[in-house]
Amino acid sequence: MIQIDNLNKKFGSTTAVEDVSFNVQEGQICVLLGPSGCGKTTTLKMINRLITPTSGRIRIGGRDTSELDSVTLKRSIGYVIQQVGLFPNMTVEENICVVPNLLGWDKIKSRKRAAELLEVVALEPSKFLKRYPCELSGGQQQRVGVARALAADPPVMLMDEPFGAIDPINREVIQDEFMRIQRQVNKTVLFVSHDIDEAVKMADCVALFHNGRIEQFGSSDDLLARPKSEFVANFMGGDRIMKRLCLMRAVDVATQSPPREHMQVVGGNSAVSSRSHLVVKPGDDLRQVLSQLLGQGQEWALCNDSDGRFIGYVHQSDILARLVENTTPVVH
Amino acid sequence: METLSFILENGGLISLLLGQHLMIVMIAVGLAILTGVPVGIAISQHPRARRWVLAFAAVLMTIPSAALFGLMIPALSLIGYGIGVVPAVIALFLYSQLPIIRNTTTAISNLDPALREAAVGMGMSTWQRLLQVELPLAVPLIMAGVRMATVINIGIAAIAAYIGAGGLGSLIIRGIAQSDPRQLLAGAIIISVIAIAADYALYALQRLLTPKGLNKMAAGQMKEATT
Amino acid sequence: MADLISRFWGGLQYYWSDISYLTGQHLQIVAVSGALALIIALPLGVWMSRPANQRYAMATMQVLNVGQAIPKLALLALAMSLLGVGGGAAIFGLWVATLLPVTVNTYEGLRAVPRHLIEAADAMGMTPREILWKVEIPNAMNVIFAGVRTALAINVGTAPLAFLVGGGGLGELIFTGIDLNDFGMMLAGAASTALLAIAVDMGCGLLQTVTVSRGLRLAGR
Repeated sequence: MIQIDNLNKKFGSTTAVEDVSFNVQEGQICVLLGPSGCGKTTTLKMINRLITPTSGRIRIGGRDTSELDSVTLKRSIGYVIQQVGLFPNMTVEENICVVPNLLGWDKIKSRKRAAELLEVVALEPSKFLKRYPCELSGGQQQRVGVARALAADPPVMLMDEPFGAIDPINREVIQDEFMRIQRQVNKTVLFVSHDIDEAVKMADCVALFHNGRIEQFGSSDDLLARPKSEFVANFMGGDRIMKRLCLMRAVDVATQSPPREHMQVVGGNSAVSSRSHLVVKPGDDLRQVLSQLLGQGQEWALCNDSDGRFIGYVHQSDILARLVENTTPVVH
Repeated sequence: METLSFILENGGLISLLLGQHLMIVMIAVGLAILTGVPVGIAISQHPRARRWVLAFAAVLMTIPSAALFGLMIPALSLIGYGIGVVPAVIALFLYSQLPIIRNTTTAISNLDPALREAAVGMGMSTWQRLLQVELPLAVPLIMAGVRMATVINIGIAAIAAYIGAGGLGSLIIRGIAQSDPRQLLAGAIIISVIAIAADYALYALQRLLTPKGLNKMAAGQMKEATT
Repeated sequence: MADLISRFWGGLQYYWSDISYLTGQHLQIVAVSGALALIIALPLGVWMSRPANQRYAMATMQVLNVGQAIPKLALLALAMSLLGVGGGAAIFGLWVATLLPVTVNTYEGLRAVPRHLIEAADAMGMTPREILWKVEIPNAMNVIFAGVRTALAINVGTAPLAFLVGGGGLGELIFTGIDLNDFGMMLAGAASTALLAIAVDMGCGLLQTVTVSRGLRLAGR
């Protein structure tokens, strides 16, 4: 969906972005990750031409974006910033309808769209449409910001550290919310962040920037388990192997082979077993599972689905084996 | 130019008028500082009183100076001071109220409450706190108010010539009455120069009295006080 | 005291026709000079706020500041020496007096609009003109209006002096009253002028409440 080829940006004699190339598939969330000043935000802003590239080619949906004029390009890309930027002089409805109005949509159609989008971001339209930004909490403003970016149904969304200003507890909530919204609207999203945990959690693919270049591009697991350089390994953190736990689910390591003490239990009578043992759900991430196992001093857990049906056994040893699986040591 | 020669020839008269003019302004502004600053400090502790006092002073400002004179002359003539310097000084005094009181109270109210807490915690009495901590920090904004009042009053004092208060306005009056452009221009130009000079001089004084490191904060507060 | 009040009342009744006529003249001078000032000052303020014009903005401010410090009577006198006696001088003088507050507040108000709002608007695909009209100006309205209100107050407050340069208006009653030591005339003129000034200011305040977006009022900006 998005193809970046050899993008460069120089400010005077300083090179901010150097020879950046990567592709993002339709419907994916791609996180541009990196420390401050590494060029990730500059790259993002070159895609909707808030900053003009010095050289390089950007294609969206197969079309070279340099063929489009600036204004048309911007109106076809959704953009969300950290401070949200809701216009205080407009109601929520008017804010959401900004781009549709610029595009000349029928007023009734755009108002209907605004109400729909509020529902998508889990804000009740009858309550929120006529409110002003100052009457909303930070989290609510952020949601309206996302709704506003989605208003004209753009294929691509750019987000510049959108959740950075929200406190850590609410940030997790809104990250989950966003992923739910994404499953519904299926946009191609480019997301700038300097938070590794956020990237690991949300990204389908990650571009790790360093001094204006991409150090590594791949899935979160690629960067965690198979870092290509010392910088990547260090940036992902000394606990990067552990971070892989967040990417795996209980169902991924559930096995039918029972632990030794359980040999006599045939077929796994869940009613008997769960009374005395730790039970996890198939969708639980392994970090949680391992934490519970260690906390309760257990070597294994039972995995049952939401109806109580037995899925498999989750062994601590299997988890640990999985963690080290398919990793490469860092090249020094 | 004729006007220039007029000024040079009549240096004595002009100095006299200038002196009268400045004296009226300085007495009025001086009195206004003596009454306005304490009032400003007092009302910054009482929000309701603050609203009333500021509203009243604002209404005063809305009354055109000529109208104020027109109202005061009959009133003051009851005590025999209808025209002359007295009504002039009183009018100027009233016009100085809003800038000085409002700036004083804004300056004090906007002080970081943490400062007050720290001062009290250190064991300062109310007086000590006021004199050593709060007033010095409030000075830049108060000076801005004094400056505003002074410049406005130099202008109003010119009009006061019409009620017999003397001052440089007399030149303008005579210039119009006698159709004499020299006097007219001399009066107009000299008053303008004095006003501009006073504005700059007081601005320099304001910056001088601003405790170092406070200039940026003062600029922000001033924006608030002047809207 | 009672004597004064009866004189005031008598003066008011006696000069009533004059008062209505002169009020009309007074308002006319204020309206014309005010409108002319707005026509120049508002665009000037917008122009000064554009990033490209920063350098000129500073210089223009200095000039306007000087104009503001000049006492109003002197201003009218200078106008008179340029344009001769009459309404023209009055209008010109008042026009100069009204310029600064509007220009300054328009400039400062627009500059105070948070940068991220403008960035968001730009990124959404608004042209610079659309950004100015849909985002910047609406969000600067409160400050701009405060400037207009101040300017109008200055204008109405200086207008009585128009009489002194031949421009007519309610000043006639005041100054003639002073010359003739006629308290009735003085009070009639002074009271009318004062009430007019207060009424205009209140009207402006009302207009501000109605015009400025409710969202801004709620936000306290």
